[in-house]
Amino acid sequence: MKRRSALKLAAAATLSPAVVLPTAALAQGATIKIGAVAPKTGGLAGGAAVTQWPSIKMWVAQVNERGGLKMKDGSRRKVELIEYDDRTNPGETIKAVERLATQDKADFIVSPYATGLVLASAPVFAKYGYPQIAVSAITDKTAELTKRYPTIFFTLGNTTAFASSVADVLKKMADEGKIGKRVAMVNVADAFGIELAEAARPIFKKYGLEIVYDKSYPLGTQDLSPVVKGAKAVNPDAFVAWSYPPDTFALTELARIEGLNVKAFYTAVATCFPAFVGKYGKSAEGILGAGGINLDAPEIQGYYANHKKITGADADYWAGPVTYASLQVLEQAIEAVGAPDRAAVTEHIKKATFKTVMGDWKFNNQVIEQFWTVGQWQGGKFVGVASTGKAGEKAPILKPAW
Amino acid sequence: MDILVTGVLLGATYALLAMGLTLQYGVSRIMNLASGEMLVVGACAAFWMFTAQQLNPMLALWFVVPLAFALNWLIYRGLLRPLVRRAKSRGQLEVDAILATFGLSFALVGLMRGAFGGEFFNYSFLAVPVQLFGSPFGLNRVVAALAAALVCALLYIGLHSTRTGMALRAVAVDPRSAGLVAIDVPTMSAFAFALGGAISAAAGTILSTFLTLDASIGVIFTLKALVIVIMGGVGDVRGAVVAALILGLAETLVASLIDPGLTLAAAYLLFLLVLLFRPQGLFGRSAR
Repeated sequence: MKRRSALKLAAAATLSPAVVLPTAALAQGATIKIGAVAPKTGGLAGGAAVTQWPSIKMWVAQVNERGGLKMKDGSRRKVELIEYDDRTNPGETIKAVERLATQDKADFIVSPYATGLVLASAPVFAKYGYPQIAVSAITDKTAELTKRYPTIFFTLGNTTAFASSVADVLKKMADEGKIGKRVAMVNVADAFGIELAEAARPIFKKYGLEIVYDKSYPLGTQDLSPVVKGAKAVNPDAFVAWSYPPDTFALTELARIEGLNVKAFYTAVATCFPAFVGKYGKSAEGILGAGGINLDAPEIQGYYANHKKITGADADYWAGPVTYASLQVLEQAIEAVGAPDRAAVTEHIKKATFKTVMGDWKFNNQVIEQFWTVGQWQGGKFVGVASTGKAGEKAPILKPAW
Repeated sequence: MDILVTGVLLGATYALLAMGLTLQYGVSRIMNLASGEMLVVGACAAFWMFTAQQLNPMLALWFVVPLAFALNWLIYRGLLRPLVRRAKSRGQLEVDAILATFGLSFALVGLMRGAFGGEFFNYSFLAVPVQLFGSPFGLNRVVAALAAALVCALLYIGLHSTRTGMALRAVAVDPRSAGLVAIDVPTMSAFAFALGGAISAAAGTILSTFLTLDASIGVIFTLKALVIVIMGGVGDVRGAVVAALILGLAETLVASLIDPGLTLAAAYLLFLLVLLFRPQGLFGRSAR
């Protein structure tokens, strides 16, 4: 027992400098503390490792390289990042945000990753008055949520828009006589997949598309070949999967092996990841997926190069740049207010227009209404083919046979 | 026929998952909750060798298996041996081992995150169709099934027709009596644990040819392996294989004929039935 308590003491002694350091920094008023909570382990860690964390790191590195955020008195304050892993568990997300607000006394907190975790933490952000610029959160309840939480902002889009855009792309192809109207639709049995499938059913019908196969599968299914075989058996014209990263990869590989040849093939999350084209190479050509971006836009120039230079990895073609844009909003709002004053910053975000890598952003009732919805691999690049009013949409192409 | 082959392929995958754990639990009495993580370590290693060294995963096995064997030997000697020594009863050892390996699973996740980052990793290997009974199947899955069959056969022959195998079985039946007939129980336990770990890592290498994994996905495999090991009867290699095949076939049947959404329900229903009617497992002997 004695040895154990001695060990504890030793541990406490070695840990304490790390704990004291930030407080000392605060006393000098030198840094602005930014908290970040997102999965580093658990089911969504792989997605967060591509979309969320690198963008945050890149932004912090760039701001500090410039000397920090400019304050009203002309001084510059560097950014100090405090990271927490929520283990993809909403309970942990809430605890970590609480901790950032009360223990770490963070000046601002980056919105967490994934719809469920963002919405779970929204009341905590609101309670402590932190602006929450949500990115990786797609829901149809934005109107209700922004009314309930004056601190929340949405940037990536809503469920209905994502489902209608897919329907729109398919309908256009069908109207031009390039494909038939028979759609095989599958979804992952998780909040994201279920919501999108439910939204898609009436919308597809309205667009005159016929859903000939409609199945869900549990998250973490190790063998999806029955799903792909079932879809192939009904001989559809298009294949739509409201899928998460591991199943996006598995469905695509199985479709190729089973020879499910459709001219429109859509898988949702992770289709836009660099790893997707890394794995499938030329076979990725013509595959549709959630997201997209206009690579010709002047604002985005430099983003991908800087991302590669600072984080050492390629950025995705959807929520990664939007996450970065949300941090640019925070940066510009803090500099405009000239102080880490959360209430003033929140008000500023509601009113001002921001210059971001995604173009000019102005929130309408706390929501960005122009966003990318469908992208497609064309010539090794994932380009936007449908959006709600973004410039630079490319025409979708037919998917060649595998 | 289609369903049968798909089911057998999936069953073989499950058998690979469970084989290592069966050995570790059956002989060394260590309910290794870090078994899934060891599998991901094997997958990570294969991924790294494939992308950085352009090494065929099947060749990578020649490195992964001995390294994993050594690593697991060290884990057993360093972490678990003290627990075995101080445990007064089998029950106490099981509780201690569960807690220790639960901790170990977090440590392994952390190490892999540090080394490889948290991103998804996968690569394309043998992702070409082969025709079996007139339907296309992924060659990588077929190879995995063959590898699973090979591992099972080797393990079965090894356990039943070599001296070491007999010693291992003796330890599994009764460690104390095994000691009385001059079997080195601590060494055999360490050997079984290391061999089980090596098999788990090999399974990871093989599965990485068609599954998309990330550093913290191991727990999913641990859970599946636990279900199979308990269904098959603790410590029985045949039982684990049969249970894995039943599970694979049942899931594929349900997914193809009823609804893919019900695969998990089907798997756990089977598990429940086994627990209700044969609590000692399909091949297990009653403890009392």
